[in-house]
Amino acid sequence: MTTGIIFDLKKFAIHDGPGIRTTVFLKGCPLHCWWCHNPEGQSSNKDLFFNPEKCLEMCTDCITACPNQAITKNNDAGLLIDKNKCQLEGSCAESCPTQALSIIGHEINADELMKEILKDKTFYDHSKGGVTFSGGEPLVQLKFLNEVMQKCKHQNIHTVVDTCGLAPFEDFEKIMDKTDLFLYDLKMMDEKKHIQNTGYSNRKVLDNLKKLAKSGNRIYLRLPLIPDVNDSRENAQKTVDFIQTIPGIERIHLLPFHSAGTQKYQNLKRKTKDTTPLSEERVKELKEIYLKNGFSVKIGG
Amino acid sequence: MNNRIKKLREQSLNTPPSISGERARLLTEFYQSPEAQKVSIPVQRALAFKHIMEHKQICINEGELIVGERGPTPRATPTYPEINTHSLEDLDILDSREKTSYSVDSETRSLYRKEIIPFWKSRSIRDRIFQEVPDQWKHAYEAGIFTEFMEQRAPGHTVLDDKIYRKGFVDFKKSIQHSLDQLDYLKNPEAYSKKQHLKAMSIAADGIMALARRYSEKAAQMAQKQTNIQRKKELQKISDICSHVPAHAPRTFWEALQHYWFVHVGVITELNGWDSFNPGRLDQHLFPFYQKQINDKSLSKEEAQELLQSFWIKFNNQPAPPKVGVTAEESGTYTDFALINLGGVKTDGTDGVNELSFLILDVIEEMRILQPSSMVQISKKGPDRFLKRALKIIKTGFGQPSIFNTEAIIQELLRQGKSIEDARDGGASGCVETGAFGKENYTLTGYFNLPKVLEITLNNGADPRTGKKIGIETGDPIHFTEFQDLVKAFQKQLNHFIDIKITGNNIIERLYAEYIPAPFLSVLTSDCIQNGKDYHQGGARYNTTYIQGVGLGTITDCMTSMEYHVFDQKNISMEHLLQVLKNDFKGEEILRQRLVNKTPRYGMDDDYADKNLKTIFDLYYQAVNGRPNTKGGSYRINLLPTTVHVYFGKVTGATPNGRKASSPLSEGISPTQGADTLGPTAVLKSASKIDHVKTGGTLLNQKFNPQLFDDQGMDKLVKLIRSYFSMDGHHIQINVVSADTLRKAQENTEEYRNLIVRVAGYSDYFCDLSKELQDEIISRTEHKL
Repeated sequence: MTTGIIFDLKKFAIHDGPGIRTTVFLKGCPLHCWWCHNPEGQSSNKDLFFNPEKCLEMCTDCITACPNQAITKNNDAGLLIDKNKCQLEGSCAESCPTQALSIIGHEINADELMKEILKDKTFYDHSKGGVTFSGGEPLVQLKFLNEVMQKCKHQNIHTVVDTCGLAPFEDFEKIMDKTDLFLYDLKMMDEKKHIQNTGYSNRKVLDNLKKLAKSGNRIYLRLPLIPDVNDSRENAQKTVDFIQTIPGIERIHLLPFHSAGTQKYQNLKRKTKDTTPLSEERVKELKEIYLKNGFSVKIGG
Repeated sequence: MNNRIKKLREQSLNTPPSISGERARLLTEFYQSPEAQKVSIPVQRALAFKHIMEHKQICINEGELIVGERGPTPRATPTYPEINTHSLEDLDILDSREKTSYSVDSETRSLYRKEIIPFWKSRSIRDRIFQEVPDQWKHAYEAGIFTEFMEQRAPGHTVLDDKIYRKGFVDFKKSIQHSLDQLDYLKNPEAYSKKQHLKAMSIAADGIMALARRYSEKAAQMAQKQTNIQRKKELQKISDICSHVPAHAPRTFWEALQHYWFVHVGVITELNGWDSFNPGRLDQHLFPFYQKQINDKSLSKEEAQELLQSFWIKFNNQPAPPKVGVTAEESGTYTDFALINLGGVKTDGTDGVNELSFLILDVIEEMRILQPSSMVQISKKGPDRFLKRALKIIKTGFGQPSIFNTEAIIQELLRQGKSIEDARDGGASGCVETGAFGKENYTLTGYFNLPKVLEITLNNGADPRTGKKIGIETGDPIHFTEFQDLVKAFQKQLNHFIDIKITGNNIIERLYAEYIPAPFLSVLTSDCIQNGKDYHQGGARYNTTYIQGVGLGTITDCMTSMEYHVFDQKNISMEHLLQVLKNDFKGEEILRQRLVNKTPRYGMDDDYADKNLKTIFDLYYQAVNGRPNTKGGSYRINLLPTTVHVYFGKVTGATPNGRKASSPLSEGISPTQGADTLGPTAVLKSASKIDHVKTGGTLLNQKFNPQLFDDQGMDKLVKLIRSYFSMDGHHIQINVVSADTLRKAQENTEEYRNLIVRVAGYSDYFCDLSKELQDEIISRTEHKL
């Protein structure tokens, strides 16, 4: 059996596909979009999360627990973690009484994950919901994903794959027959900008989308709206022009940038840009463009 | 809402509750009369009731369409000295206390000093209870192991079925006469006693008809003097209606409402039953009248709505009779728990949702008052649009209507031996209590503090708060070698205290049966007339006595905490843990945090924790269920708290789940406040692991962020609730006020005077709640997206 690494499992997910769902977040993503609201999902390795607000002043349990002496405490700066010494083996998080320290990402095998997924089967059955695989990019852990999806299909559980589109098409082909719906992210049409902002060209993403659609897959397109990155009318029009050439885009979800992920960057001790979310008017304006061209559009998932 | 209703509603909302000495004066007057000395106790009670009905002040408020007040004026609340004789000090407390006060004027005080207290002192049920119950009971009661509903209020929780819409009191009197005619003094040794009860019922029926007659006369007089033509007509109409009902069965929608209301006033004047009284399945009862008149065009939808609104205000005009002491702490509210049931199924099992169900929901939304409270029964046959309509009202954030599972209610009633028809005609009353409406005496006897029993187990029978040995010795926990030793010790302690509670109840039930028969309520409850037996004697078709378990979430987490840390992981010794609890975690915050954060907890759909939930539930069920009461029925369990989880928390020291001494226990079957971090599906899964069908009601409160209530979210909430009910969940209630708003309301009470929140099985004004209870509600987990 394959073991995967997931960083979250959200129950009662109601914006990741139809009905009441459980969303499984698989770790690792080829893209590194600076606006990502799940930055802890980008790396394929584990991460150490530290939330200073929860840290108890008098407590030194993590310092004692760490076998690599990676943690020290300083009266002014609080807890200091030496990233060179830290092996991410997790004793500190285990010893932490308040969950101020936690390890992001844990190994789980397909059977264990199925057990978690099946816990909410009654809710899927009543709401026509199911399980959504997200991340990170779920296709990064193809073998694990494939095995879990196989098990889902065996029990006739509805499956959704939320993908950034950047993977060999053969990988998509392996899971297509087990995927009831793709939530397909499209960041922007301009290739240069795409490279600038995500680290990769968008050619493969566009190509895969075309192929997926032509193979008869059900697809909802998800378009993040990032201020000053892809919020132009031009980008919207280009997106329309592109998707009009391919069949079967059932719906478009516009996902306006929100700053909910900011705290996560801090806890990961990573930097992010300060960005103000788009105004409602701007979002509506963009929505109009898609509506005008005959697409069914929704703001939010 | 038209002007008439607006005015009546304002009057009801703005009149502060006061104490009226009227009932106490009339009752005492009768008991001191020579006539009272000549008759049996049941007849005495009936004549007293009739005396009150014949002499109490008649009150017809300006513009109202449904008439009848319990007190001389709206919100004037009578006292029941035969149950609890308030002392002058009690009256001072009622008058001056910060929350749920009732103003007491000097006239009432003087009446109490001169007449009421001298006559009733030591004759009241409350005095008799404390004279009769064993010392063991008193010690447990004082320690906060349990409370006792009947020490200040009569057995209540009763609800009416549809019989009054087919029968008037003239018809009831005929049935009573028939039973009297059947008595066989030769063969039946109980015949004489039955005769007394039947005579009493007949007199009580005369009493209510006398009251209606007086209302009819008063309305006619007022009509004569009235110059406004429209009002004149209305008063004439009211006079006509009151001369027909409740003597005869109602013929119209208006008469049906007025008929019920007289019955309601009768029941809540005869005794101060806890909860008040309740029409039950109102949409089912009224629908034939509504349909007929809508079809023949003698009633418009708007007129029906206005009559219902006028009816609604009558409930809100009757605050709960005042409670003092522990009883005030366990139920600190003006709400008197009339719970209108809507939807469900009909007697034949088909869907009961009708046009009137929706119309009544409109009324609930528009009136937005605390009483009557309301609930929807969601059956698998009922439409989603009905549930969605209810959710739209809940979304406005006043906690009504609450949501119940019809199939669970029916299964619970069937398990207790009710017929399928009686089960389908039943529902829930009060907070969440299941009953066979109109045919059952189901009495809630008091709350039972499960975590306190564990505390006493951990102290080998002693109550650490007082040092008194009030339990039995079940062994020093430091010698327990495995978790099961602890479970066994707890079970012994639990059974010990349940025995004490039941001993007390068996005495108290008989005190009511002997001294305080309820002939009027007996007329209304099948099969008291047929059996020639009073409601308190076991005259009803079904007789159930409930003990309400409290703190299930807290005790589950306590057990799991000890199983995990002391016996499995062995990272803390029992000795150390007990020491830390004794010191209320002083200097041990790190350990306390570990107990809170590093222990599997109830509400997370984790079997490690939830198996302990099942264990505690099963032990409690086994200790209580099926034991005989004094009315020919059985003891059963249900799980709800009203406001007692705050009081029980105050008397319970620090607990192994990291809870500090004196802080509130968990509420209903909800997880410990803040422990349920995996969202609502995990909570519902955990909560469904107990066998709801073996209870007479469970109470689950969930707090949702208002954001969830957009169109898409609403659809998913419907499915969430359906899923819970498919797992036999009994009830779910939703609070839709954010913690931020509540915090603001705490700081600025004036601005938030009208803010209503769901407390436990009922809603209340946030600013009327104690500070502790406000904090507890804020600390409940808020499910976000």
